[in-house]
Amino acid sequence: MSAPVLVCRGLTKRFPGVVALDGVDFCARGGEVHALMGENGAGKSTLIKALTGVHPRDAGEASVDGRPVHPRSPREAEAAGISTVYQEVNLIPDLSIAENICLGRQRTRLGFIRWGEARTRARAALARLGLELDVDRTLSECSIAVQQLVAIARATDIDARVLILDEPTSSLDAGEVAQLFTVVRRLRDQGLAIVFVSHFLDQVYALADRITVLRNGRLVGEFPVAELPRLQLVAHMMGRSVDEVEALRHRDRPAAAPGEPLLSTHGLARRHAVLPLDLELRRGEVLGLRGLLGSGRTEVARLLFGLDRADAGETRLEGRPVVFHSPAEAMRAGLGLTPEDRKTQAILPNLTVRENLIVALQARRGLWKQIPRAEQDRLVADFTRALGIKTSGPEQLIRNLSGGNQRRVILAGSLATEPRLLILDEPTRGIDVGAQADIERLLAKLRDQGLAIVFICADTAELSRNSQRIAVLRDHAKVAELTGTEVNEQAVMRAIAREAAA
Amino acid sequence: MKLAHLRPSARMLPVLASLGVLILLYAGGCVAFENFGSLRVLINLFGDNAFLGVAAVGATFVILSGGIDLSVGAVVAFTGVLIASLIGHGQAPLLAIGLALGLGAGFGALMGALIHLYALPPFLVTLGGMFLARGLAFVVHPESLSIDHPFYGEFISQTLSVPVSRRLAIPFTAFALLAVVLAGAALARWSRYGRNVLAIGSSESSARLMGVPIGATKILVYTLGGFLSALGGVVATFYMQSGNPASFVGLELDAIAAAVIGGTLLRGGVGYIPGTLVGVLILGLIQTLVIFQGTLNSWWTRIAVGGLLFVFIVLQQLTARRRE
Amino acid sequence: MIVDLLIWPALAALLWVNRRRPLLWPLLALALLLLFNRLFTPGFFILEIRDGRLYGTLVDVLNQGSKVMLLALGMTLVIATGGVDPSVGATMAIAGAVMARLAGVSIPVALGGGLGVALLAGAWNGLLVSAFRIQPIIATLILMVAGRGVAQLVTDGQIINFEQPALVYLGNGSLLGLPFTLALVLGMFVLTALLVRRTALGLFIEAIGDNETAARFTGLPARPVKFLVYVFAGFCAGLAGLVAASNIKSADANHIGLYLELDAILAVVVGGTALTGGRFQLAGSLIGALLIQTLGTTLYARNVGADVATVPKAMVILAVCLLQSPVLRAKLAGLRRPTPVAIRKEGSA
Repeated sequence: MSAPVLVCRGLTKRFPGVVALDGVDFCARGGEVHALMGENGAGKSTLIKALTGVHPRDAGEASVDGRPVHPRSPREAEAAGISTVYQEVNLIPDLSIAENICLGRQRTRLGFIRWGEARTRARAALARLGLELDVDRTLSECSIAVQQLVAIARATDIDARVLILDEPTSSLDAGEVAQLFTVVRRLRDQGLAIVFVSHFLDQVYALADRITVLRNGRLVGEFPVAELPRLQLVAHMMGRSVDEVEALRHRDRPAAAPGEPLLSTHGLARRHAVLPLDLELRRGEVLGLRGLLGSGRTEVARLLFGLDRADAGETRLEGRPVVFHSPAEAMRAGLGLTPEDRKTQAILPNLTVRENLIVALQARRGLWKQIPRAEQDRLVADFTRALGIKTSGPEQLIRNLSGGNQRRVILAGSLATEPRLLILDEPTRGIDVGAQADIERLLAKLRDQGLAIVFICADTAELSRNSQRIAVLRDHAKVAELTGTEVNEQAVMRAIAREAAA
Repeated sequence: MKLAHLRPSARMLPVLASLGVLILLYAGGCVAFENFGSLRVLINLFGDNAFLGVAAVGATFVILSGGIDLSVGAVVAFTGVLIASLIGHGQAPLLAIGLALGLGAGFGALMGALIHLYALPPFLVTLGGMFLARGLAFVVHPESLSIDHPFYGEFISQTLSVPVSRRLAIPFTAFALLAVVLAGAALARWSRYGRNVLAIGSSESSARLMGVPIGATKILVYTLGGFLSALGGVVATFYMQSGNPASFVGLELDAIAAAVIGGTLLRGGVGYIPGTLVGVLILGLIQTLVIFQGTLNSWWTRIAVGGLLFVFIVLQQLTARRRE
Repeated sequence: MIVDLLIWPALAALLWVNRRRPLLWPLLALALLLLFNRLFTPGFFILEIRDGRLYGTLVDVLNQGSKVMLLALGMTLVIATGGVDPSVGATMAIAGAVMARLAGVSIPVALGGGLGVALLAGAWNGLLVSAFRIQPIIATLILMVAGRGVAQLVTDGQIINFEQPALVYLGNGSLLGLPFTLALVLGMFVLTALLVRRTALGLFIEAIGDNETAARFTGLPARPVKFLVYVFAGFCAGLAGLVAASNIKSADANHIGLYLELDAILAVVVGGTALTGGRFQLAGSLIGALLIQTLGTTLYARNVGADVATVPKAMVILAVCLLQSPVLRAKLAGLRRPTPVAIRKEGSA
């Protein structure tokens, strides 16, 4: 067992009205990858922020290599040996890679920055990760994956003892994730204590040596990965017994009873985004979309919905060729889209629940035909009931709702336009397992009502649980389509693995 | 200090374009008008626009940090009338100048503090600053006031200017301009502070997490802006030998236009101090061309500048899109 | 006397009705300013009727403030979409210049020409922002710099006078005893309010200003809406420019609308619309404009020169900014937030 580097005892943090962290113990050891897991609101990010000085903690102690640390800012945390790389790459887009690595630490001679030295240092920092890059390149010209690696290089350039990676893989495709993991393992072998925050079960099991589970701000336990089966982990995270989780997993497996094709594409393509794609979407069916290269699936969604223009191929709606020049046109034809909800949120934060709900429908009706207030109220009441939206009233500002409820409002907004085809882009990302189950139930209900649904999801288990067919994308092209009995987690993984090895 | 990192990329295109326009305009002027290519015109180009150039360097720094400074013209005017008034009341010129510079810096620091500490929009705060400085200028003295002092009359105009020929001399203001531009460029490129300013302008949230001292950097940049606006006012007194509270209305627009034409993006994080000099020279050149033309009226300068701005803004937009 | 009987209860009622709404603050400020004048500025509230027309300082405030009020209406919608248009002052100059130039041709041509060219200016800005996707403050910079030059081009550097009664009536005439400009402002206010509240325009504008990315995803016509608000701002500026020229029966390209765009932006912010966009308050902007005008008139009545009057104006700007500052609000509320967050006043449905 390697030596503990970062030791925390009894960390507590209170916000008005809620205890975000309640006496949490945490221990990261050198030469180890320690995963931090828990549902949304479990306290993961609060713990990280408490460790890195963004939030001052109310109680508890932390130490690095035995020295007590009490950082009050990210800079102090860095000085104490705790480096963090966040989910959104927090670097300066307009500066070069070398500058980003050295910002704030440049060596100067008579006040002038020694650029040569800075660039050498940047190269060395990258070499430590096993990377070689053109350090003069402007950061914004690099892909997100490269930017992330630059962020890690910066974080480890100083004498970091602990490296915290907060959801680093959310924007990466499988190849980039693999590259990231190689770098992480290399750093681990150099003796760094690595804390890996993620909700991707696959990745955690692939990378981590140990897992700490938080729930409702409290420590559930710390487990070696080898001794924690997945079901048990999910059970810990949800606070339910293993049997309950098992039962959730084997909910009514959707019987395939699809209707006629509603939308089909033939050779639909867009340069640099989508290679010629043949897709068929049927009424009353959920088509799962899994991108081997993560970016591919959003591109397909954008193409279908008219956000991007296709360069080649055609789309047919009920047999007739159509072209959508804008989301408005797609919506008029009966399509709906709930966008991925990450940094660019899908909500209008300072507007009311009612306004958020009806805005898409209003967009469809046009500028001059205002939806009468009575109809607005009726829609809000109906959907609040149908989707179980928890709100203090339709005039509440949507930003005061929880993430899950916000997502429900947005979904209601799409549904209010009465689409015939609904594209759901990661509808359950980042919301707690309980709300997730609700949305999955809703998905089944909509399908039974005859909607054609495209379900984009990065979680393979969830994907196979809810789809009748799964299209697997790689390198912006569809490489496999699974139907019937092939629609299960293992088959999807195999298809991906087969393609990855190809 | 290797210069390899100054390798041109797509983003340097607008700056090179500005340089190209400058050369084109100058060449065009030389071809179209007799005497345009004379040394006198060249010297005047630098000397006459020195006050704008100095103030514009300050405005550029503020823009680089992601902010904007609408108070430039008002501070220049205030400084001018203050110095004129103090000298008129018997104060030593150097003391008057020192006080004015201090006040300018303090004024900028105040605005910067309000902007940072209370998260107020720079547009509104510097707008208030503009109104304040302008009003105070009129409080100091309601009308134009000329400066009558040997320091100005002889020292600046004659002793500190460099004679080039029997009838021609490079005025001190031109040297002041070059010195400020050089110092500003050095600060922006080769000092930690300059890189911090760019970092904040590019992404303040990231810069905060990376440990850049946001507060100090921001407040300092407005202080610098105020100081350089005041310095511009000092240079203006050298040039005009007077102070006028009603003068330089809209100077901040010229400063911003010069910065934009010189390649600085108004969103912050990208820009070049030498580019601002190019922008100022272009502005001055256009004015000179209009004067030389004789028949065109002065308002054509504004229209031409507007047209040029349009071209450069679209150019910036296009080169930015290509990078995405 | 009658004024006292009418205005104070009316103000009190307005304040009470708005006690929990964002309109409270600008109304309160205006009320306080009026109260100050009631107590300390003799003659401020005196009204008299001559030749069937109402005269007095209050009337002057309404009349002179009409230009900023008109500008503020258009500016509110622009700012609500997250943009800003500081070129409206220059547009005013162009519109006034064209009207004066065409005054001799015919009234409809003069009015149509002035408004038409203002619409063109607005369309220019709108095109740059919506089609070229240029940042609003940069896009409007072009017209701001070149606009007065264009106006001077139209007037040929002269000050053009005109005498046509219809054109003079615009800025100086009276309707039912009150200045015609007041009717103009009220008419525009009603028109604008109908436009934004009886159609989906208001919702779309607020959505775009609140979160443009999300707004695009809903399929709402973001580009046309943005284009429209700049055209509308141009139209308002055109009206204001015509009134300004009519006020002095001439077009002075250098001075029409000078600094008024800044007053308009200030009025909008004072009135409760945040500079970052989203929820907007049309009535608030009018009150804000009134507040600024009343402030100016108050200072003038107390013999503070117009030049120096900018100092108190700066104080007002500062006060308004501070009151809207999320940092200050958090401090007052007793919480300490780590990073500033844009806050809107709640309950403004």
